[in-house]
Amino acid sequence: MSGPTTYSLTVNGRAVEVQADDDAPLLHVLRHDLGLAGPRFGCGVGLCGACFVLLDGSPAPSCDTPMWSVIGKTVVTVEGLADGDSLHPVQQAFLDEQAAQCGFCVSGVLVSAAALLAAEPRPTEEQVAGSLDRNLCRCGVQRRMVAAVLRAATGAGPDGHSPGDES
Amino acid sequence: MTLPPHLAANPRLSRWLHVTADGTVTLRTGKVELGQGILTALALIAADELDVDPASVRVVAASTALGPDEGPTAGSMSVADSGSAVRHAAAAVRALFLDAAAVRLGSDELTVRDGVISRTDGAGTTTYGELASHVDLDVDADPAATPKPAAERRLTGSDLLRLDLPDKVAGRPRYLSDLELPGQLWGRVVRPPSPAATLRDADVAGAQALPGVVAVVRDGSFLGVVADDEHAADRAADQLRRDATWSEHETLPDEDELSGYLRAGPSTTFTIDEAGGPGEAPERTVTATYSRPFLAHASIAPSCGLARWDGDDLQVWSHSQNVFGLRAAIAQALGIDAARVQVEHVESAGAYGHNGADDAAFDAVLLARAAPGRPVQVRWSRSDELTWSPFGSAQVVDLTAGLDAGGRIVSWDCDIWSQGHTARPGYAGAPGLLAAAHLSGGAPLPAPVDPPPERGAGSARGAVPTYDLPVRRIRGHRLEQVALRTSSLRSLGAFTNVFAIESFVDELAAAADADPLDFRLAHLSDERGRAVLSTAAERAGWSGRERGGDVGTGVAVARYKKGGWCAVVAEVEAVSEVRLRRLVLAVEVGAVVHADGVRNQVEGGAVQAASWTLKERVRFDRTRVTSVDWETYPILRFSEVPQVDVVLLDRPDLPSVGAGEVAQGPTAAAIGNALAAAVGVRVRDLPLTPDRVLAAMDA
Repeated sequence: MSGPTTYSLTVNGRAVEVQADDDAPLLHVLRHDLGLAGPRFGCGVGLCGACFVLLDGSPAPSCDTPMWSVIGKTVVTVEGLADGDSLHPVQQAFLDEQAAQCGFCVSGVLVSAAALLAAEPRPTEEQVAGSLDRNLCRCGVQRRMVAAVLRAATGAGPDGHSPGDES
Repeated sequence: MTLPPHLAANPRLSRWLHVTADGTVTLRTGKVELGQGILTALALIAADELDVDPASVRVVAASTALGPDEGPTAGSMSVADSGSAVRHAAAAVRALFLDAAAVRLGSDELTVRDGVISRTDGAGTTTYGELASHVDLDVDADPAATPKPAAERRLTGSDLLRLDLPDKVAGRPRYLSDLELPGQLWGRVVRPPSPAATLRDADVAGAQALPGVVAVVRDGSFLGVVADDEHAADRAADQLRRDATWSEHETLPDEDELSGYLRAGPSTTFTIDEAGGPGEAPERTVTATYSRPFLAHASIAPSCGLARWDGDDLQVWSHSQNVFGLRAAIAQALGIDAARVQVEHVESAGAYGHNGADDAAFDAVLLARAAPGRPVQVRWSRSDELTWSPFGSAQVVDLTAGLDAGGRIVSWDCDIWSQGHTARPGYAGAPGLLAAAHLSGGAPLPAPVDPPPERGAGSARGAVPTYDLPVRRIRGHRLEQVALRTSSLRSLGAFTNVFAIESFVDELAAAADADPLDFRLAHLSDERGRAVLSTAAERAGWSGRERGGDVGTGVAVARYKKGGWCAVVAEVEAVSEVRLRRLVLAVEVGAVVHADGVRNQVEGGAVQAASWTLKERVRFDRTRVTSVDWETYPILRFSEVPQVDVVLLDRPDLPSVGAGEVAQGPTAAAIGNALAAAVGVRVRDLPLTPDRVLAAMDA
């Protein structure tokens, strides 16, 4: 084990320099050194998606991404999806569809969904579900989340109604 | 009028509600947010009763220091128990504010809207905020304060947006693992490698020498580290794990012979229900046995705890379902005065029963002793979460029924074999905290028990069918010694019992050559049960079991405890694989408080039940639990989740009851029945995996 190294990378559009051990996971640096609570620890081995971030645009598990592998890369966390106070359309769609219960998986699901929408602005329902298969949700909110991603893609819900609508 | 039980137990209004000059209403409840949206439902009730904007209500987490003691947040009782208490407390507070307004405005002809109190003649207004400093809420609730009649509630039954979701969608700190207090340290526990393992030896020097390590703790078989940074704590725990040796023992049953294990005893046998004499001799008799394996909570967040010792005073932050119960258990385990212990609730990921939350809190308490004055956060590993959180018990149900010549059920005989379904802190007179059993001289955890019948029972929950069965005999057999720790998991024994009953009723319908829906309706006189069954069937377009083209349809219905009703129609396609395509649920939980909250809970319950039914099984060899990650304990993924339609039957004339567990049993049975219709053979042992289906087809 070597001592701390200084790393330069871009996080949520900002160039940052952090001191970290080579074997420290990116998740640790994001949460503790950069104060970003959005990526959550779920399993530590990249199997649940709760810690997903965009690494050069692709969803990746920050929990088992060591710092030495992210030198010079661009990292976007769920906090970086919003444009200032204005939520990313898929974040807003999650509120419109009330697509969460405990919400612990939501950060990672939003990151996967944002990557999908960037690559495929008009995905089918099957594409949405398939693109979220690396994210686990234990509360059983998957259908609402899929509906929310489709809503974000089209600008409206699949049936034009949401709990947020007047009824 | 008498006070609702939870208000009678905590009558002081200031324990529940506080109003400040800016009009903010603070609501304290003893119930905790587990992702089920209870804080939103209670805020809605308070706002409705007070006639204030729901946005002005701030709901504060449960606290032993400040909030009411409402026992555990469990059993789908929060809306019934806390909801009625909050409604009455808010009505009493409203009456006190109206009295003060009458003095100020010189009239008792008043109306209230959005926190503004007005003379009905328009000659003056005031607000809750303006009156706040003139109204003393440090008084007991007036039993005569009357909540509004259902017809005058403006918000109840509406779709208020969840109060906690904006934080969660933005990725803001909200969970216990996000909490970082000044001077905080991080701890890790190095758990034994198997349930019965004991520590033989540990060389603590290696871990102690690593950078950032503050302390290594060893007490009996309890091993842990404290470090000034989370990564350092992980590294030290890994080192300590390598430097520890354990004595392990083959204490686990054969995972393929759980039925034999559960039947072997010694067991406590008890009568659950009995009625009718021998009656007429049946024309024919049908017998079948159903089972489920051990299940894991498998929450997405591993359990977490935070504790700080200040001299003899102990402060704990936990995602426990019962902050008062945890306080008592910690005090009992350490032999200290509970008054010195304060427990605050902080949210974590979804809890579906008694998981590792209390245990992780106690881990933090033990490790924090090594760093007096400093808060220590303990977070479990994924592997520990899956292997050390209590499991939901495996269960076997034997059923025998007699049919008369006309195809009516004339006798019903049921035997249930299970471990106990609760081991919450304080059960069986013990603290029930995991690490307490690992400490030097610590007493082993007692075998799990069952909640008493008046609290919904455990292995017996859901065991009495909702059908008209004049002759019935239902018995339970609970193991007195167990190999694996079990406790409450969503719906307890009702999941297996309803799966068994409703699968068996399908088999009886087949024996009677009757349509499963017609057969159920012919034996079900309860109007509420008939309503959900008919509604689900209609919404699903029920036209019999076979849909043609390898698609089968199954139906099931049950009442959860003495509360809500749920009927489910499932559609399964079986070609090269078994695919659950659709679930239609009709649910009636009395007067709906938060409509979208109910729908969300029912959808989520159905999807989780589908995951249990199709995929889940805790694996183990004779020594170790081998389900240690998401590959060895798979759950339903996005592309496997069926379409879910929920129809909500609102009954404003009936008391509100919980919705979080109604879907579990009927969903499992409807899927099993649909699968049987699709493939032509029945699988009676959960989970309904492709291997089991193929084995049944080959048999």
